[in-house]
Amino acid sequence: MSADGSLDRLKREGRIVVVGASLAGLRAAETLREEGFAGSLTMIGDEPYEPYDRPPLSKQVLLGRATADRTGLPRHRAIDAQWRLGVPATGLDMAARRVRLADGDEVEYDRLLIATGVRARPWPQEDEAELDGVFVLRTRDDADALERSLAQGPRRVLVIGAGFTGSEIASACRERGIAVTVAERADAPLVGALGGVVGEVAAELHRKHGVDLRCGVMVTRLEGDSAGHVRAAHFSDGNTIQADVVVVSLGAQRNTEWLAGSGLGAGPRGIACDAGCRAFDIRGIVTDDIYVAGDVARSPHPLFGYQFLSLEHWGNAVAQAETAAHNMLSDSADRRPHIWVPAFWSSQFGVNIKSVGVPSMGTEILIAQGSRSEHRFTGVYGYQGRVIGAVTFDQTKWLQFYQQLIETTAPFPPAFPTVDRRPEGQQPMPADFPDPSVPTHGPTVTLSGYAPDDRRLTFTPARH
Amino acid sequence: MRLVVDLNRCQGYAQCAFLAPDVFAMHGDESLLYNPEAEEDRREDMARAVAACPVQAITVEANSLDGNPGTDREIGR
Ligand SMILES: Cc1cc2nc3c(=O)[nH]c(=O)nc-3n(C[C@H](O)[C@H](O)[C@H](O)COP(=O)(O)OP(=O)(O)OC[C@H]3O[C@@H](n4cnc5c(N)ncnc54)[C@H](O)[C@@H]3O)c2cc1C
Ligand code: SF4
Repeated sequence: MSADGSLDRLKREGRIVVVGASLAGLRAAETLREEGFAGSLTMIGDEPYEPYDRPPLSKQVLLGRATADRTGLPRHRAIDAQWRLGVPATGLDMAARRVRLADGDEVEYDRLLIATGVRARPWPQEDEAELDGVFVLRTRDDADALERSLAQGPRRVLVIGAGFTGSEIASACRERGIAVTVAERADAPLVGALGGVVGEVAAELHRKHGVDLRCGVMVTRLEGDSAGHVRAAHFSDGNTIQADVVVVSLGAQRNTEWLAGSGLGAGPRGIACDAGCRAFDIRGIVTDDIYVAGDVARSPHPLFGYQFLSLEHWGNAVAQAETAAHNMLSDSADRRPHIWVPAFWSSQFGVNIKSVGVPSMGTEILIAQGSRSEHRFTGVYGYQGRVIGAVTFDQTKWLQFYQQLIETTAPFPPAFPTVDRRPEGQQPMPADFPDPSVPTHGPTVTLSGYAPDDRRLTFTPARH
Repeated sequence: MRLVVDLNRCQGYAQCAFLAPDVFAMHGDESLLYNPEAEEDRREDMARAVAACPVQAITVEANSLDGNPGTDREIGR
């Protein structure tokens, strides 16, 4: 309890506002009630739907095994909130502690949680993006529209971008017997997240399942017919393919524009916060009443030299939301740091892919168990002589073990023998990540800390 | 009745698929696919699946019969 009783008052009759009514927003709200918050709780979301789960959108939903309107997240408990759905927040007045809404309303808060996540990066050519048959996949509505068009039996689908989401979409198309071309700028799918050694396996999976995979190319132009429906795509290598459905899967952009000019430390890389989820303002001063969680947050992590880490991972959104909610209602001594070890799963071409840590920081990889040619293996990533990440293809049961090595900064390559170690796994090899300055596709991990010698940033105070 | 599986935790033991095969199914050797909204009359089977999961990866909607307080009453201000 705080000395002056202000925390008690907050818990009893305070006002907490959550902007972004999705996974992180909901789990935070539940935690607040769990921890005894009895005041007023407002959930603001620009989508007209109550919180739903996104991972099934590119899996069950595209496979036709569930519908997009039935992925609503289960509630652990009642949260007794005021819901403002279908209304985006458009501004923040930090001094007056007020959130502005698109419908002109303003909502006052004592504590604010920002969990506005990311959105799909659209096709850059606006007129081409607007063609019928061109989709992105982030929301329930996106999934619904894409699934409907897949159900109509398109002749060919083109997926632009072979990150996790793009690969899952291609996999679902193949499972439904639809012809699909995947265009990827890098040399293999998943290369940005897992590197070239594992990317090669991903490429094999695509090809084995009949995907027409084109790597090292860019789509330069989408072409529509006279009715405004997409019909062809032109590639940088001079090729053209006919496609009546195009899915743009080029990663995500953070939803921070609504905070422009507010004075909060929010920008294209997300909202910076401390390890306790408290947001920084643009002066680098930590706020005490504004918290962030989920895909939109970037926070310092001890395992990675306290560099700022942004994650587009389901488990991170849950864990960070719970920590943020707990800290909102706690005295400084009772606050907890968010030091979750990154973890992610994907399911494509019948293979269960999981990772822990930050593989993309790894410079070397060791195939510690299993074999790449069998598409069942465990890859361990090394960075400066320590274990920094691990990935499994259909070998989930080993992952927990490598997570412990990451948490304890164990040496790389691991000194001990493992079961099922093959000749190919005797020596580490370069993990083969592309040049980090070349953008890759999410759901990913971004390290965005500044090295002391990084002078690219100049500070220009805004004049009002 | 809504459900969600924390697939970071899920180890693919398939206990759930054994107990409620119409809701949970293995897809390939290790991937779990599930129906995120099961029929209400499956609540008992679901409770069994939740209890049987060795890593407690399955979350099922808390209460059902009196209307989920999280939906109708709370939605629409
Ligand atoms: C197709 C797909 C598949 C995925 N698969 C996996 C997977 O297999 N494994 C995994 O770990 N992760 C996966 N993810 C990622 C995971 O879904 C996200 O990490 C998670 O949804 C993050 O939750 P969040 O609450 O932070 O953000 P979001 O879920 O993005 O929610 C943010 C919400 O805020 C709303 N919002 C934005 N701006 C405003 C505003 N100004 N005012 C009001 N509301 C606003 C948004 O519309 C949205 O509803 C997947 C994501 C997608 C899209
Ligand atoms: S019982 Fe649990 S661990 Fe096993 S498949 Fe089901 S959810 Fe996964």
